[in-house]
Amino acid sequence: MEFGLSAEQLLLQESVGRHLQRHVPLEVVKHIVNASAGGAAEVWSGLSDLGLSGTIIEEQYGGIGLSLLDAALVAETLGAHATPAPFVATAVMVPLAIATAGSDAQRTRWLPALAEGRVVAGAGVNEAANSRVGATVRATGGKLSGNALFVLDFDADVYLVADDHHALYLVESSATGLNRRVLTTIDKTRSVGELVFDNVQADLLPGSSDPNVCARVQDAGRIMLAADTLGAAGQMLTQAVAYSKGRTQFGRLIGSFQAVKHLCAEMAAELEPCRAMMWYAAHAFDALPDESRLTACHTKAHLSEVGTFVARTATEVHGGIGFTDELGLHLWFKRIGANRQLLGGPDRLREEAARLQQLA
Amino acid sequence: MDLSYGPQYEAFRQQVRRFCELNAHLAPKHVLLDREKTRAWQNLLIENGYVARAIPKKYGGYGAEPDILKAHIIAEEFARAQVPPGFRGQGIAYLVPTLLEMGTEEQKLRFISPTLSTEIIWCEGYSEPNAGSDLASVKTTAVLDGDDWVVNGQKIWTSTAERADWMFCLVRSELDVPKHQGLSFLLFSMATPGIQVRPLKTMTGDSHFNEVFFTHVRLPADQIVGQRGQGWQVANNVLLHERDDLGDPNATLMRLNLLIELMKNESADGRRLIDNAVLRDRLMRIQAKVMAMRANDLRLLSAKLNQKDASLAAMIVKLQGTELRHQLEALAIDALGELGILYEDGAHLRNEGSWQEMYMLYLGLIIGGGTAQIQKNIISERGLGMPREPKVKA
Repeated sequence: MEFGLSAEQLLLQESVGRHLQRHVPLEVVKHIVNASAGGAAEVWSGLSDLGLSGTIIEEQYGGIGLSLLDAALVAETLGAHATPAPFVATAVMVPLAIATAGSDAQRTRWLPALAEGRVVAGAGVNEAANSRVGATVRATGGKLSGNALFVLDFDADVYLVADDHHALYLVESSATGLNRRVLTTIDKTRSVGELVFDNVQADLLPGSSDPNVCARVQDAGRIMLAADTLGAAGQMLTQAVAYSKGRTQFGRLIGSFQAVKHLCAEMAAELEPCRAMMWYAAHAFDALPDESRLTACHTKAHLSEVGTFVARTATEVHGGIGFTDELGLHLWFKRIGANRQLLGGPDRLREEAARLQQLA
Repeated sequence: MDLSYGPQYEAFRQQVRRFCELNAHLAPKHVLLDREKTRAWQNLLIENGYVARAIPKKYGGYGAEPDILKAHIIAEEFARAQVPPGFRGQGIAYLVPTLLEMGTEEQKLRFISPTLSTEIIWCEGYSEPNAGSDLASVKTTAVLDGDDWVVNGQKIWTSTAERADWMFCLVRSELDVPKHQGLSFLLFSMATPGIQVRPLKTMTGDSHFNEVFFTHVRLPADQIVGQRGQGWQVANNVLLHERDDLGDPNATLMRLNLLIELMKNESADGRRLIDNAVLRDRLMRIQAKVMAMRANDLRLLSAKLNQKDASLAAMIVKLQGTELRHQLEALAIDALGELGILYEDGAHLRNEGSWQEMYMLYLGLIIGGGTAQIQKNIISERGLGMPREPKVKA
């Protein structure tokens, strides 16, 4: 019996963390954010050189064939560094969909390109989880019409799109009749957008007539977003503790005041069990099919709540400086805020959790 | 990741499950009230290795090799079958592990066996009116007079003192030294002349809490655990075992399942409670937290098995576990509405009034065993390395 990270997994997190520290430190993140997406491509090519673009893609397609837990550990590290990189859709949701539901031809065409990092893929499955007025995608005779909101990893070459029956399609960004509109959000470290389809030729993933495929893809995305929040919140707590050990007021380090200590203790007490919860959800996704849907919903919902609490509390511990653009703490605050709503906010996910248990 | 226990353990699990099925009817309903039945049940559990499993035979235990997974399986299966897992008073839960680590051979032989079999029920003499969170400030004195200690002073919040046979007690034996170095850890019979017990009724309505007064209480000098002046280290060892115990997520899961049943079966205005979206959302929030604490528990189990450090994950259990349990019981009361305030022998009472009782009891447990605020000091100072509170000169 073993419920913890292996030496290889610790090494994976450490080496990704080291790479980001050296090549994508906060100054670089700020630069990319301010230059609106310029330079982000280099970040992803650097991470692809480490093999992360192929994290969960099988070796026969040029990937490294790791588990969803390994991918979640990468997502956690990216969250901890607020890294502007397309990971959730490009490296997890889209390859998972193609590997699970794609034809041989689709796998051979896309998986090696994704594994090498030559292709960036976005995911527009939000309507399947969280449909809004004026946003839906319909398929007629293999062609898509309508629009998809909150497409993840938007600055992409190809998109995975769910229609109103939760069937999944691939659409290339150059397709005729496809219009793209970047959506400005609070979180400038990742791109989100809207796809507008006017009778666009789309490539159906044949296995996706089973609606469970779309649900699996969403669950994988939710676990990645939860892991990203875990990393971001952990980072904010670390920064708050470090700040409280350096800042003096009333002749004392502010970290020696119980008012400040207790805020930090509450953050740690809420956050620490989330670590094991995230591991469990990622492990269940691969190994415990009976529990995997419920744990994915609950993990994303719970981490959204805890993440929100940590984001505001860590900012508060910093006092006025935490509110400034210069410090950059807000990058994590906003990333956590975006993660909370994408692929279903906590209230919707709890409702889904209740439905999965026939309680709603 | 490998969550399976392996075939050998699955066989053990089946064995425990069968034992629970066959013997559940022998378990006493109220452990402290029916001491004969409690002792028989306890001895049956020890004979089968479900209590005191890893304690050597010569001290009255079962004498098996320590096996964390088997211990875990026993706890899981007893909880699953809702069979009381044997008496776990303060003597067994806290004093025995401490004696095993810090007692003399003579003390182990004398005290452990009758404690395990419930012949000796213990109470814990720690808190005093002016030494609560600041436990090292205890003022009850012990003075060596020839071959005897003579104890004077007062304890408070002493659970079970009204029926305990013995007390383990933290006293001040050394003067003119820093407060943490002046303490000793004594053991004495509650029948010793000079002890007066005054029950304190708690908000739940029971009276297992007491004040205990000592007037020239005499006991043999060798009834001390550790050396003179080492009482703080011994007491901290006990507290370590105590905090292990509070906030067990398996017990919380049992209550969650009972709450889900309640919300499915009860209705208000012709609608099942579970169909009320607000209540259901609260239930799902609690379920997610229970899930997080169970995953945390699994991590701690694995860390113990594989000798890995998970100290922050362990430090937060008492704080989070007791708070979560309090919230869970509160939800049941809100879901029941007016029915939720019924208590004791009230007509229309649901689940024997256990929701209110546990709601109040868990507020007591948020405070007891180191208050939530003391837990936060520990987490921030030891877990996060934040600076200690500046010392105030006494």
